[in-house]
Amino acid sequence: MSTAEGALSVPRTGARARGEDYLTRERGFLSWALTLDHKRIGVLYLFSILAAFLLGGVLALLVRTELLTPRETIVGPDTYNKLFTLHGAVMIFLFIIPGIPAALGNFALPLMLGAKDVAFPRLNLFSYWLYVLGALFEVAAIVTGGVDTGWTFYTPYSTTTNTSVVATTLGAFILGFSSIFTGLNFIVTIHKLRPQGMTWFRMPLFLWGLYGTAVIQVLATPVLGITLLLLIVERLLGVGIFDPALGGDPVLFQHFFWFYSHPAVYIMILPAMGVISELVPTFSRKRIFGYRFIAYSSIAIAVLGFLVWGHHMFTSGQSGMASMVFSALTFSVAIPSAIKVFNWLATMYKGSIRLDTPMLYALSFILLFAIGGLTGLHLGTLATDVHLHDTYFVVAHFHYTMMGGNVMALLGGLHFWWPKMFGRMYSERWGRIAATIVFLGFNVTFLSQFLLGSLGMPRRYYNYADEFQPLHATSTYGSYLMAVGFAIAAGALIHSLFRGRPAPANPWGANSLEWHTPSPPPWDNFPETPAVEDPYDYSQLVYEPSVGGYVKKTAPAGAGS
Amino acid sequence: MNSASLFLLRSLGAAGSVEGSSFWLPAPASTLAGKVDWLFNAISLIALLFLLLIATLMGLFVWRYRARPGRPAEPAPSHNTPLEIAWSAIPLAIVCWIFWEGFQGFLELHTPPQNAYEVLVSGQKWKWLFTYPNGVVDENLHVPVSTPVRLVLSSEDVIHSFFVPDFRIKRDAVPGRFTKAWFEAPRPGEHRVYCAEYCGTSHSDMTAKVIVHPEGEFQRWLDSAADLLDRMPPAEAGAKLFVQRGCKQCHSVDGTGGIGPTLKGIFGHEQVLRDGGRARVDEDYLRESILDPQAKVVAGYDPVMPTFKGRIKDREIVALIEYVKTLR
Amino acid sequence: MSRAASDPRARPARLQHHFESLEQQSESGKLGMWIFLATEILLFGGLFCAYAVYRANHPEVFVYAHRYLDKVLGGVNTVVLLTSSLTMAWAVRCAQLGKARGMSALLALTLLGGLGFMGIKFVEYEAKWKHGLLWGKRFQPALHEEARSGQDPGPPAADREPQRSSRSPDPGVERSTVPPSARGPRGTVPAEVARQRAAYARRDEPPRNVQVFFGIYFLMTGLHALHVLAGMGAIGWVLVRGLRGAFGPAYYLPVDLVGLYWHLVDLIWIFLFPLLYLVH
Ligand code: HEA
Ligand code: HEA
Ligand code: CUA
Ligand SMILES: [Cu+2]
Repeated sequence: MSTAEGALSVPRTGARARGEDYLTRERGFLSWALTLDHKRIGVLYLFSILAAFLLGGVLALLVRTELLTPRETIVGPDTYNKLFTLHGAVMIFLFIIPGIPAALGNFALPLMLGAKDVAFPRLNLFSYWLYVLGALFEVAAIVTGGVDTGWTFYTPYSTTTNTSVVATTLGAFILGFSSIFTGLNFIVTIHKLRPQGMTWFRMPLFLWGLYGTAVIQVLATPVLGITLLLLIVERLLGVGIFDPALGGDPVLFQHFFWFYSHPAVYIMILPAMGVISELVPTFSRKRIFGYRFIAYSSIAIAVLGFLVWGHHMFTSGQSGMASMVFSALTFSVAIPSAIKVFNWLATMYKGSIRLDTPMLYALSFILLFAIGGLTGLHLGTLATDVHLHDTYFVVAHFHYTMMGGNVMALLGGLHFWWPKMFGRMYSERWGRIAATIVFLGFNVTFLSQFLLGSLGMPRRYYNYADEFQPLHATSTYGSYLMAVGFAIAAGALIHSLFRGRPAPANPWGANSLEWHTPSPPPWDNFPETPAVEDPYDYSQLVYEPSVGGYVKKTAPAGAGS
Repeated sequence: MNSASLFLLRSLGAAGSVEGSSFWLPAPASTLAGKVDWLFNAISLIALLFLLLIATLMGLFVWRYRARPGRPAEPAPSHNTPLEIAWSAIPLAIVCWIFWEGFQGFLELHTPPQNAYEVLVSGQKWKWLFTYPNGVVDENLHVPVSTPVRLVLSSEDVIHSFFVPDFRIKRDAVPGRFTKAWFEAPRPGEHRVYCAEYCGTSHSDMTAKVIVHPEGEFQRWLDSAADLLDRMPPAEAGAKLFVQRGCKQCHSVDGTGGIGPTLKGIFGHEQVLRDGGRARVDEDYLRESILDPQAKVVAGYDPVMPTFKGRIKDREIVALIEYVKTLR
Repeated sequence: MSRAASDPRARPARLQHHFESLEQQSESGKLGMWIFLATEILLFGGLFCAYAVYRANHPEVFVYAHRYLDKVLGGVNTVVLLTSSLTMAWAVRCAQLGKARGMSALLALTLLGGLGFMGIKFVEYEAKWKHGLLWGKRFQPALHEEARSGQDPGPPAADREPQRSSRSPDPGVERSTVPPSARGPRGTVPAEVARQRAAYARRDEPPRNVQVFFGIYFLMTGLHALHVLAGMGAIGWVLVRGLRGAFGPAYYLPVDLVGLYWHLVDLIWIFLFPLLYLVH
C-alpha cells in the first residue's frame, strides 16, 4: 500500500524528521484552510469546538452568577433568557454534537482503521466549513440581539417572539448538514476502507461507537433539518403548520424536535463510551472485557434511541397510550448502557491500573454517567416525571450525562491522543490536578441541582423562591470551581505545545494502530502498511525508559517508536 | 462522596423550611403525592445502591490492582457470557418493575373520579386565570378540602405548564386544545403554582396560589366572590361580568365590529333592526336582549346569541346595564 | 471488497490517493450516495408525517381543497419527470458503454425534462398565487372568488362566517362543561359548529382551515422543486464534464451518482402527486 507520491518519503524508522509530519509538511493559512487531510481537519474541528466550549462555558458562568440571588443579580430577565438559550444552543450544536466525532473521530478514525484518510476528504473539508458557516450564523444571531426561545425552540413561542430565531435556526440547520456529512463519511470509511485483516470485530471499540453515532447522525439529523426549515418558513411566511390559529398543531413541533434531539443525546454519548472503551483497557493494561457485548450494545443504543423521543412530552398532552409506550421503550435503552458500565468495571478487575490523566477522566465518566443515567430512570418513569419534568432535576440529569459523560470522555480522549496529535507530552501533574478539580466542582454544581429540582424548582427561571437560594448559591460556587479546573487543564495543554517533552510513538502502551506510527503521524498516516493486530492485546508492549514510551517486546522498533 | 455532599448541603440549611418536607421532596399535599414520593424514593434507593456498587468496585479495583513495579496485569477472562447475561437481565427486571409502578401511578394521575369538581384553567402571558362553574374568575385557585378537583387547561397564547410541586402534578396548557389534570387535597393550606413551560420574559413570575379551604368555607368564598355586587358599585361589577359571562367575546366596547354589534355609545340611541324596524336602546331593550336575544336583532347581524334566561340574576342584569351606560 | 494489490506506477489518474483501486473508490462513492439519498428521504419523511397528521386531523379540508389543484398539469408533470428519469438511466448506460455523444444528448434531454417540469410548476404556482390559494396567513379565498367569477362576489365565503376567537380550541375535542371566562356562555360554540357542519354538508361553504392544505402543498412541492433545481444543477455539471470528455467506460461514477439522485427526485414526486392531487 505504498504511495504514488514519490516526493513524500516518510521516515522508515524511529527518528522523527522535523518538517515531515502532518503538522509541518505544509505551512501557511491556506494549507490549513483547504487541507484535505483528516488529521488537520480534526485539529481544526478541535480548536473550533474548544472555542465553542469556552463561549458556552462563559455563558454558563453568567447564568450561574445571575442565579446567585433570587432576584436580579447582574442582568434583567430578557437577557437571562437569552443567556441560557445561547448557552444551550452553543453547547449542543456547536460543541457537543460535533465534539468527539468530528474532532477526535476525524483525527483518529482513519488511523485506528489503518486507512490513509476518510472516504471523502473533500466532503470532510466541506462539512468543516459548513460548521464554520453555521457557527457564523449563531454568532450573527447573538450580535443581532440574541434568541430567547430555549434551545428547544418550542412553538408557538418561537414563532411569535421577536428575537433572532431565524438566524439561530438557520445556523442549526447548516450545522445539521455538517453533522450529516461527517456521519456519512464515517459510515462509508468504516465499510469500505478497512484494510486487509481489519475485520469488524477487530476494530477498536471507539470505531464501533463512531459507527453507531454516524448512523444516528445520518438518520435523525434530516428530521431536525426539516423541522427547523418548517420553523423558518413558519416565521417568514406564516405557513401555519404549527399555529393553532391557522389550524396547525404546536405539539407536532415537539414530536419533530425530539425525534431528532433524543437520538442526538446518543450522538453525544456513544462516541464518549467509545473513548472510555479505549481508555479503560489501556490504563488497566488488560484486554477489554466483553468486546462483543460492548460493540453490539453501541448498535442497540443507536437503534433503540430512535424510539423513545416521546419521553420528553409526558406532560404535553400526548395521549396516555403514547406516553406508556415511550416510557417502556425508554427503559430499554438503560440495559445496553448498564452492560457497558459493568464491562468497564470488569476490565479493571485484576488489571494493573495507572491513574494517568486520561484514566482519571475515564473514571469520572463512569461515576458521573452512572449518576446521570440512573436519574434518567426517575425521568423515564411516568408518575415521577410528571413532578420532575422541566425542573432542575432534568437540568442536573442532562448535565451529568452530557458534561459528566461526554465532556469527561472528550477531555480524557483529548489528553490521550494529545501526544499523538501534537507530538508533545503535557504535564501529567497539572493534568491530574485539573481533572480532580473539575470532578469536584462538577459535583458541587450539579448535585445541588438534583435537590433543587425534586424540591420543585422549575428550570429556565430568572426569579425564584428565597428558600432555594442556598442550593443555588452552592451550585454557582461549584461552577466557579469547575471553571478553575478547566482553565488549569487548558493551561497545561497549551503549555505543552511550547514546552512539552517530545512525545514517543506510544506513550501509554496502547495497541491500536494509531500508536504504531510516529507522533505526530506523517502526512500519509503510516510509514509502512501496519499489520493489523488485536487492539487490546498489551502483552507484547513494554515500557522503554530511553524513549519514554512503550515498544514491542521482541520486534526491533518497527512501526516507529 | 454522594451521601457526603448530600450531608454537606443539609448542613448548609438548604432543606427548605416547608413543614413536613423531606430532605429532597416538598411536603406532599395531595392524595396521590404519597404514591409518587414512594416511587421516587424507591427509584432513588435502587439508583443509590447501584451507584454505591459501582463506586465501591471501582475504588476497590483502583486500589487493589494499582500499577506497581513488577506486578503486571493478572490473567483474567475476557468475557463470560453467563455473567454478561446476568448483568443485563437484573437491570432489565428492575426497570420493568419501575416502569409498571410508574405507569400505574400515571394512570391514577390521569383518571379523575367521576364526581370531580371542575375548574377551568387558562394560561396567558404571564398569569393564570381560574374560572369556576358559576362564572367567577380568580387569579388564584380556590378549592374545597378533600374533594377531587378536575382542571381543564387551555392557553390564550403560547404553551404554559401548570405545576403544583406540593401536589406532584404538572400539565401543559396548550393553545388550541384542552388538557386535563386533577388532584385532591386532603388538608387545608396554601400551595404554590408555577408555570413550568418556558413562555418568555416573566415566565418565572407566572405564579399563583392554590388555596385549599376547610370544610364549608369554600362555598362561602365562592358565593362572596360571585357576588360582585356586594363588593363594588354596579357599573364596576358590570364590567367584570361583561368579561366573565363572555359578552366581550362578541360585543366590542370600542366601536369595532364583532359577531354582535358594538356597545359603545349605543345607550339612548336608536338601532335599525334586521326586520327593518327601529328600537331605542334603553334599560328595557338591553334587558330583553339578554333574556330573549332573538326578539330584536340589529340589522347586519345573525341571530346567534344564546339566551341567558335562568342563568343570570336580575341584579347582574342591572349591573350590566349600568356598565353599558358608561360606554360613551 | 476485493483489494487488488495496486502497483503504484499503475495508479489510474482518477484514483484518489487514499483508495487502493478504482473499484473501491466507486463502491465508496455509491454507498455514500445511497446514504445521502436515505437522508433526503428522511428529510421529506418529516413532511410526509406532517401530511399524515393534518390529513387525519382535517380530512374534509383535504377532500375539499385538492379540487383546486390542476390534475391535468400535475399529470403532465408526472409524465415529464418519468420520461426524464428514463433518459437519465439511458444516459448512464451510454456512459457505461463509452458512448460519449449519446450520453451528452441524453443528459441534455434530461435537463430539458427538468426544465419542462419547473415551467409547468411555475404555471401552477402562478395560478394559485393569483387566486390567493396560498398557505396560512396568505390564504385569501376572496381573490379566488373574484378571479373565478370576474364580478363582485359580495362578502367572500370565509369572511361571511365569523371566525371564532383565533386561538379557541378545536370544537371537535372533548371539552369542559364550564363556560370559559373569555369564550362566551355555554351554547355559543356548539350552535356555531352545528351550523358549520350543516353548511359543509351542503357544500356551499368551504370547511374551516383550508389554508392547511395549501400550506402542506406548497411546502412539499416547494421543497421538491428545490431538489429538482439541485438535480438540474448536477446534471448540468456532469454534462459539461462529459462534453469535455471526462468519462469513459472505466470512470463514469459522477454520472451514475447524479442518476441515482435524479431517480430519487422522481420517486418523491411519484408519491407527492397522488397524495396531493388525487385525494379521496
Ligand atoms: C448525553 C446525553 C444524555 C444521555 C446519555 C441520556 C440518557 C438517558 N436519559 Fe436523558 N436527557 C438528556 C440527555 C441525555 N440523557 C437531555 C439533554 C435532556 C433534556 C433536554 C431538555 O429538555 O432540554 C434529557 C431528558 C430526559 C428525559 C425527559 C425529562 C423531562 O423533560 O421530563 C428523560 C425521560 O425519560 C430522560 C431519560 C433518560 C434515560 C432513561 C437515559 C438512559 O439512556 C440512561 C441509561 C444509563 C443508565 C441507566 C446508567 C448506567 C447503568 C447502570 C449503572 C446499571 C444499573 C442500571 C439499572 C438498574 C437500570 N432524559
Ligand atoms: C454539552 C452541553 C452542556 C455543557 C457542557 C454545559 C455546561 C454547564 N452548564 Fe448547561 N445547559 C445545557 C448544556 C450544557 N451545559 C443545555 C442544553 C441547557 C438547557 C438550555 C435551555 O434550557 O434551553 C443548559 C442549561 C443550564 C442551566 C439551566 C438554566 C435554566 O434553566 O435557567 C444551568 C444553570 O445552572 C447551566 C449551567 C451550566 C454550567 C455551570 C456548566 C459548566 O459545566 C460550564 C463549565 C465550562 C467552562 C467554565 C468553560 C471553561 C473552558 C475553558 C477554560 C476552555 C476549555 C479548554 C480546554 C479544557 C482545553 N446550564
Ligand atoms: Cu407561562 Cu411559563
Ligand atoms: Cu430523551
